[in-house]
Amino acid sequence: MYIVSAVGVLGGIGVVCGVLLALASKMFYVPVDQRVIDVRNALPGANCGGCGYPGCDGLANAIASGEAPVNACPVSNEEGYKKIAEIMGVEAQIGEKQVAHVMCNGCESLATKKYEYFGVKDCKAAAAVAGGNKSCERGCLGFGNCVDVCEFDAIEIVDGIAVIDKDKCTACGKCVEECPKGVISFVPQKQDVIVNCENRDFGKAVKEVCKVGCIGCKICEKNCPHDAIHVNNNIAKIDYDKCTQCMICTEKCPTKAISGDLTKRNAS
Amino acid sequence: MNLFSLFITASVVNNIIFSQFLGICPFLGVSKKIDTAAGMGLAVIFVIVLSSLITYLVQIFILKPFEIEYLQTIAFILIIAALVQFVEMFLKKSSPGLYKALGIYLPLITTNCAVLGVVLLNIQKDYTFIESMVNAVATPVGFLLAIVLFAGVREKVDSADVPESLKGSPIALVAAGLMSIAFLGFSGLSI
Repeated sequence: MYIVSAVGVLGGIGVVCGVLLALASKMFYVPVDQRVIDVRNALPGANCGGCGYPGCDGLANAIASGEAPVNACPVSNEEGYKKIAEIMGVEAQIGEKQVAHVMCNGCESLATKKYEYFGVKDCKAAAAVAGGNKSCERGCLGFGNCVDVCEFDAIEIVDGIAVIDKDKCTACGKCVEECPKGVISFVPQKQDVIVNCENRDFGKAVKEVCKVGCIGCKICEKNCPHDAIHVNNNIAKIDYDKCTQCMICTEKCPTKAISGDLTKRNAS
Repeated sequence: MNLFSLFITASVVNNIIFSQFLGICPFLGVSKKIDTAAGMGLAVIFVIVLSSLITYLVQIFILKPFEIEYLQTIAFILIIAALVQFVEMFLKKSSPGLYKALGIYLPLITTNCAVLGVVLLNIQKDYTFIESMVNAVATPVGFLLAIVLFAGVREKVDSADVPESLKGSPIALVAAGLMSIAFLGFSGLSI
């Protein structure tokens, strides 16, 4: 008998509370902007936080209130932007699709090592020991922290350095944040000609630590017909707006630090 | 014990935070700004008074007649959870600003041990209805006092030159400890 009354009483309290709450939710109903729901549905729902808002719900709120542009989601694609723009009743300004890129070519055989590292296989842990085991101060350590944070399975470690799959990358920016050496940057997706080095030293100092580092010789700057590549702080940087990917710099670079497939070179 | 001394005892002498160490989570979480701290304090007063009232009645008129007082804890948690949900809906409608500022800590009032602590103590100490209502008002008033004072301290600390290693939570915990020592002074009150 005891158990029946115990279950009955507690169940009764639960039912009463439930009914009262249901009534209260009707009474205190706050109308939600229908656009927020629509925008939320048009977003990819990855909840990656790449846009800077707390999850897709946060961004949907910001877009609906006009705080964020319709293309604020780095993961979504043109189709998604168009859908959101339609909901919001504005023209979509679609920017160039960006992808993350590891600015380092110093794989096992090309970059020298400061010391043999036997610690935890973690870039941050390795970076805490005298800046990591690569002699180059700005080299990819290759323990794959970026691989772990990538929710889109776009990164893999090839021969000691991280390589990002352009097609899978959604530019959420998690790897950029995670990398302790700061070698991951955003580049336009169609860009093939990229200076794959972040080392700010000059000439010999770079050559000693890596065979494919940018030595800051300015040959690329002098040869570029479009004024698109400039050496500052001993590192060549390409202005992706001006670059036509003629690959003259790729060809002329004495250390082959600039990427680009010469076989696919366009004639202009 | 007269009601006045009960009030003083429950609010400052046995301050829920500084001498009983209940409800520390919102105390640390929502004490960055005085406004939100006061909002949290008021919400806690509301929840504790209402839940004390209801749990007292439930205890007397439901649990006792059915001789299932041992289910106190679970029944009270049920009631508190429903109440907090109600407060959440009410705030969302009437004061969206406060609702946003309280954020996750609003639903967390459910698990605020101060709330459950007060309603269980009311029963344990065999308070009469009037006494438990006084206790139910006094205790969260003590909570409000503590969290607002602490928020004031933290606002000052924000602009102070704090050693690098103590910045953020460490200095807040140090400040909380010092305030706890200060509140120990009330235990000398003879009322």
